[in-house]
Amino acid sequence: MSGIRLLVGTSKGAFILTADGSRKKWSVSEPHFGGLEIYHMKGSPADPSRIYASQCSDWFGQVVHRSDDGGTTWETVSNKFEYAGETGTHQWYDGTPHPWEFKRVWHFEPSLTDPDTVYAGVEDAALFRSTDGGMNWEELPGLRGQGTGTDWTPGAGGMCLHTILLDPANADRIYTAISAAGAFRTDDGGTTWRPINNGLKSEHIPDPEAQVGHCVHSLALHPTRPDVLFMQKHWDVMRSDNAGDAWHEVSGDLPSDFGFPIEVHAHEPETIYVVPIKSDSEHYPPEGKLRVYRSRTGGNDWEALTSGLPQEHCYHNILRDAMAVDTFDPCGIYFGTTGGQVYASADNGDTWLPIARDLPRVLSVEVQILP
Amino acid sequence: MIRVVLPYHLRNLARTDAEVQVDVDDPVTARTVLDAIEARFPMLGGTIRDHGTLKRRAYLRYFACNEDISHEPDDAPLPSTVASGEEPLYIVGAISGG
Repeated sequence: MSGIRLLVGTSKGAFILTADGSRKKWSVSEPHFGGLEIYHMKGSPADPSRIYASQCSDWFGQVVHRSDDGGTTWETVSNKFEYAGETGTHQWYDGTPHPWEFKRVWHFEPSLTDPDTVYAGVEDAALFRSTDGGMNWEELPGLRGQGTGTDWTPGAGGMCLHTILLDPANADRIYTAISAAGAFRTDDGGTTWRPINNGLKSEHIPDPEAQVGHCVHSLALHPTRPDVLFMQKHWDVMRSDNAGDAWHEVSGDLPSDFGFPIEVHAHEPETIYVVPIKSDSEHYPPEGKLRVYRSRTGGNDWEALTSGLPQEHCYHNILRDAMAVDTFDPCGIYFGTTGGQVYASADNGDTWLPIARDLPRVLSVEVQILP
Repeated sequence: MIRVVLPYHLRNLARTDAEVQVDVDDPVTARTVLDAIEARFPMLGGTIRDHGTLKRRAYLRYFACNEDISHEPDDAPLPSTVASGEEPLYIVGAISGG
């Protein structure tokens, strides 16, 4: 029976959780890079032995690790992320111009076909690519330079490029999301980009329907239908049926439409998952009840999934990269909390079990199916 | 032979003991010592000083002979006892509270 590997990045190291295909009994590794923040790690879809990990600290800055044996051993690859050309400025919190400065990698997105090709979304927001397994990084400057960059502003967590979606049907199409600038798309492999924020409304900016300035928290798509996008925005759950050209709200009957992650079921393109958070000022579940919400209709109609999740006194958050789905049938859903729990459902979200209870603050969760 | 004491996480990253030794031609300065460290341990590039500006990272300080030399010019000669290998250069991380 094939197996499954969860890659869990935390504030004090990386943990690898493994199980067989039944997903009933999980093993939790000792910490990798113990004591150091691992913001994100992700495996190559083309070679599950290849994993990229982003380590960052105030002391030693950005370090990039690569494993070629599924996380058993690691080697350090390049941490040199140099913006291409004139760095220019974006807006600072107070609206004044601020030069682009690299701070850290928020997200790695390995190529769907080549283990040596990997994209890195960084703060201050930019997209980098390596085609040699992380030994060298080059910016795709067309994103930062597509014309609105001087108007981008940081969210409280920094001005980060945190979401990268590779279109499985069109190798030239990539989606990214930046807080707090919005969503962007390229149709030529990353050379040119354009904002895709029509239909978004954000009351915290002077023009709520501006071209940029939206705090997009996460994007998701189903690989068989890559023109349909789902978005968890700062507030609002959104949907686009035309590759981001236009968005409409599908928050429907959610108890709160604020949240961070959004995921699509592996086999049901209209089934999506979010975790509502009370508000942007109170980053914990409404009523202290940890509830995953599932829509089987592509939004608007939502059901609370609560079995196995704490329904009182829960005040953790679930960060944007801390939720993932596997491709088994039934589909498995996983998420980690800022309280150090990792919850798993092996039945489409109907029931949940904590598979780790006392990890450090969970920053990211990714899934790998093993042959 | 110049002796350099690394903080815990950088020892792990370089897979070495706390103290490392590097050969440095004159002049022995913070810059030439760190150049030698990064040449011998490429994985430490960018972790002690910024790749581009070569400025010391904010949460790190350099000590030598019980003195904080963090704010000396990078091209200032290190103390003769460090240059002779009698005393190590310490790279020290800010204390982590909690």
